[in-house]
Amino acid sequence: MRWLARITVFLLALLLWPGVSAAASGEQENLVLAAQSDTAGELDMDEYLYGHVGDAYGWHITTVNGHHVTVHLPVIVRSKETGWHVFSSKHIEEGEEYEGFRIAAKGEPHEGKLVEDTPGGVLKPLDISITKNVFGLMVNSFVVVLLVLLGARWYRKHNAVEEAPHGFAGVVEMLVTMIEDDIIKVCVGPDYKRYSPYLLTAFFFIFINNLMGIVPFFPGGANITGNIAITLTLAVCTFLAVNLFGNKHYFKEIFWPDVPAFLKIIPLMPLIEIIGMFTKPFSLMIRLFANILAGHMMLLGVVAVVFLTAEMGVGLNAGMSVIAVLFGVFMDILELLVAFLQAYVFTMLSSVFIGLSRQVAEKE
Amino acid sequence: MSLVTPDFGLLFWMVLIFGIVLFILWKFGFPIITDMVEQRAGRIENSLRLAREAEEKMHALAQEQDRLVEEARKQQATMLKEATESRKEILEQAKAEAREEADKILAAARTEIAAEKESALREVRAQVAELSIGIAEKVLRKEMEDPAAAERFVQQLTEEI
Repeated sequence: MRWLARITVFLLALLLWPGVSAAASGEQENLVLAAQSDTAGELDMDEYLYGHVGDAYGWHITTVNGHHVTVHLPVIVRSKETGWHVFSSKHIEEGEEYEGFRIAAKGEPHEGKLVEDTPGGVLKPLDISITKNVFGLMVNSFVVVLLVLLGARWYRKHNAVEEAPHGFAGVVEMLVTMIEDDIIKVCVGPDYKRYSPYLLTAFFFIFINNLMGIVPFFPGGANITGNIAITLTLAVCTFLAVNLFGNKHYFKEIFWPDVPAFLKIIPLMPLIEIIGMFTKPFSLMIRLFANILAGHMMLLGVVAVVFLTAEMGVGLNAGMSVIAVLFGVFMDILELLVAFLQAYVFTMLSSVFIGLSRQVAEKE
Repeated sequence: MSLVTPDFGLLFWMVLIFGIVLFILWKFGFPIITDMVEQRAGRIENSLRLAREAEEKMHALAQEQDRLVEEARKQQATMLKEATESRKEILEQAKAEAREEADKILAAARTEIAAEKESALREVRAQVAELSIGIAEKVLRKEMEDPAAAERFVQQLTEEI
């Protein structure tokens, strides 16, 4: 218990310090908020939340003494009139215009996106910029590949038949065998080998992206798996895996199921089944997206308590800060569980859907 | 940026990046691990089977050994028994033989003693006879020295006859 008390005291001191120093210097500055808000010292909750869980052209890390510390990322756009443009995101910060492009301001159409001012009006160019999420995705994908390839390297160097790996490769093997034995073999059925690389990749990809999303500093913290484009791609992959390799029995069950004939002549059952084909991956997409997004939102909300109570006096702020930190620790630990769980659930449901498409007709 | 409308740029990069990750891991990542793990699992299973077989064999051997020991012990017991019996027999036989021999020797000794005694007696008798004759001769000579006494003696003898 002594260490717990120490940590609490330390956190309290740490939390009180900026307030005390700010009061001493007489300037009202907030660590996170100044960057997000025009009216200094006040928290724009919408911008704070959506700024953190959403995408951006540059990666804003923190603000020190009014200076933004931002990783500038390349903007890649194709204008219908002037062709390809590649430039750094630092040129379009703060609503500046560069080569005819600017970020659409609040209230405009395509808010927050890059738009082009042309004589014919404001147009949205083809935008494949390396945004914050794309960059985070690249970093995380690199981590995934590194993780698995480093794990696999052990097997090239050792006689894996004679000995079992220790340390890092052991952890990778543990995860791989857990997913393969507990989920893939059980849910997919006899020809699981064909699907196991995809399912394992999906698991590791989601798991690492979830975990990196919890890391609060660069290059973690991007809300990758809480972005619908990411989960959409993953869901489409599962959809393809299910429907491209579905067997005769699977399609028969969809278009000509074992139900009374009138349900097929007025194609009620086939209709439901066809809708089912799409709702299954759709649920995958929404589940992962919503869980991770909600987790990020909760954490951000808990942290925001510290800043929301900043105006209400030192005592209240300190008290709420301690509560917020303790609750934040709890939430972070919960998010660790969710990070694993959602990756696990996505893999398991994908396996189940694939397994359903590979089922053989039961002999009667 | 709306949260629920997928952004095209991100979608594009995601498809590209996920495709590359999937390709790399499919080609160089997971199959190596899963194959090796499977091979190891097969080997472990095999080893377990062999171990079980060896154990069974050991068990059979142990039983065989026990059986052999038991048999040897039994054999030993019978041999010991036989040995005791034969010893007893030999002893009996030896005793009987010894007794017979002793009897024989005793009998021989007895006959010899009897013969010796006979001869000794005969000798003694002969000697006694000789002695008595000698004594009688001497007595007679002494008696005959006196003619009167001799005369009387002859007289007596004739009377007796």
